[in-house]
Amino acid sequence: MAGGSQKKKKLISSILVNGILAIICIMWTVPTLGLLVSSFRPPSDVNRTGWWAVVRSREETDTPTFTLDNYREVILGRDTTFTRADGTEVRASGDNLGRAFLNSIAVTIPATAIPIFIAACAAYGFAWMKFKGRKVLFVTVVALLVVPLQIALIPILRDYTNLGLTGTWLAIWLAHTGFGLPLATYLLYNYISGLPREILESAFLDGASHFTLFVRLILPLSMPALASFAIFQFLWVWNDLLVALVFIGSRPEVAVLTQRLQEMVGSRGQDWHLLTAGAFITMLLPLLVFFSLQRYFVRGLLAGSIKG
Amino acid sequence: MESQPKSPFSAVTEWLTVGLGQILVSVIVPLVAFVVMWQGFIFLRDGDAPQVVTVIIAIIWGVGGVGALYLLANWIIDKLPDTLATNLRPYAFVGPALVILGWFLFIPTIRTLYASFFDATTTNFVGLENYIFAFTDTRMVESFRNNLIWLVVGTGMSVIFGTLVAVLADRSKFEVAAKSLIFLPMAISFVGAGVIWRFIYAYRPPGAEQIGLLNAIVTAFGGQPQAWLTISPWNNLFMVAILVWLQTGYAMVLISAALKGVPEELLEAARIDGANEIRIFFNILVPSIKQTIITVATTIIILTLKIFDIVFVMTNGNFGTEVMASQQYKQMFRFQDFGKGSSVAIVLLIAVIPVMWYNLKQFGKKEAF
Repeated sequence: MAGGSQKKKKLISSILVNGILAIICIMWTVPTLGLLVSSFRPPSDVNRTGWWAVVRSREETDTPTFTLDNYREVILGRDTTFTRADGTEVRASGDNLGRAFLNSIAVTIPATAIPIFIAACAAYGFAWMKFKGRKVLFVTVVALLVVPLQIALIPILRDYTNLGLTGTWLAIWLAHTGFGLPLATYLLYNYISGLPREILESAFLDGASHFTLFVRLILPLSMPALASFAIFQFLWVWNDLLVALVFIGSRPEVAVLTQRLQEMVGSRGQDWHLLTAGAFITMLLPLLVFFSLQRYFVRGLLAGSIKG
Repeated sequence: MESQPKSPFSAVTEWLTVGLGQILVSVIVPLVAFVVMWQGFIFLRDGDAPQVVTVIIAIIWGVGGVGALYLLANWIIDKLPDTLATNLRPYAFVGPALVILGWFLFIPTIRTLYASFFDATTTNFVGLENYIFAFTDTRMVESFRNNLIWLVVGTGMSVIFGTLVAVLADRSKFEVAAKSLIFLPMAISFVGAGVIWRFIYAYRPPGAEQIGLLNAIVTAFGGQPQAWLTISPWNNLFMVAILVWLQTGYAMVLISAALKGVPEELLEAARIDGANEIRIFFNILVPSIKQTIITVATTIIILTLKIFDIVFVMTNGNFGTEVMASQQYKQMFRFQDFGKGSSVAIVLLIAVIPVMWYNLKQFGKKEAF
């Protein structure tokens, strides 16, 4: 009967769909998996065999399969000696990613909160207040979306040098604020201007001022949009390398994770046990944020939160 | 909107009579706020407190400072005569954003354009010399070629894989899990991704055990291990793979959402008419999600035009992998040539403008959030 062949056809297509999907998923997961596994292997193993060798029996050595030493080394930055694949003894000075991790936090939290607050204020102003030049100014803000941040690097660096701001946290917060503002203002404007007019009018009739209205009403109502954008700004700032390279420069006391990791690639490109552990440390917080707030992340993407 | 309307004149007189004290307060409060902020800045720049303390103070100072500034601005405006306050208040809301945007994007665009017509230190006018460099120098021509590779292959593959996963996941019971796995790399930085993929491309001389996945596979099939990142021009493709790995999740999320918007009846009708799945895909699905595909493509195109981190970490532009942004960075910081660096930045801007403009136009057509 036709029903039987129909069923068979369905089964084949299901196998095909899930099979191809599984292959793609494996291709997409294996790179990260390799990094994760390697970061827990002892140095001698990482530099001797591929990470997939962990599933092979390893009776020939007496070292443990997994260790936390790599993390201890890159976080605390104590000096270590280990043997490279070619037999040479290497003394490695510490990387101290723990310090860089704190710096990244000090950079990222204000560089996320400041632009969102400023953008929300501006979005409210553009959406619900009357003033001279409103249209022209708003169009200019949106037009600035086309400007790649590379344009601003040289002039801003000159200003910072003149003002003595280079290498300070204020410098990098302001830079991230400036580069994130056009998109933040634009997205939040789309949201805030779409709030129902009646709510605002009734609040005004109750005698609320613009400021209290904004703090008590607009901000809470805009939470979904604010949260979406906050995740994006957080990920951009945390994952940014270029802005940090230019405006933090070479001051190790304030260097952030991406900078330190990039330096490690240069200085110890072959010491994979440290590189993998270091890379995983830089990924830890973004992955946590990403998984716990995926809903907002997706909503933000659909609303256009992507910065080239 | 404000309290009851008054004539400007009576408002001013009343405000003055309420007191000198108020004026004094209006001056002192901002002054105190400013001094506190300034001390905080000095402490953060030069202080040698334990790092955790500094970090916490920095966060409080930074986030709290912005809030305080707004409170202060609002407070000062409240002290002003009503008509003046009404006129000024909007600028308290939009002003900070405008000032920062002016300083960090608007004026720099003009300054960079200006500097691009001058020499390395912006002292002598050199006309179009920097632009002649930007379009004729061998490294720059190489950059244009590579950016084109990034643009075409990176965007194309991201969109193709993104669509493929979106369509397949839509028909699979494991939709959520599969999408999460593909999506995950989006949270990873270009630098982190660079390390992940350098490890995959790691090279050991023939005979030694390969610890890089790609060379392990190649040697398992009897091939010779290769130093993948040094083989020009293919090394560009090996780096583009990283971008595809990172951006497919983005393409997938948008395309998947668009696919869910295609009415089920339309697909059912086509199936009853005997159309197979491939015809349904190209004749029904693709036209209905065209808008979204354009948005995704233009967004990734902009990303590829500005691509920097991956190249910087993987090859630093060596072995024929230079791109515009890495050239600009080198001109600026290695050769200290602000003229040439500026001209490359302007070229980058001109390349991005039409794509971004088109992207915004598309985006404006759909409702946000």
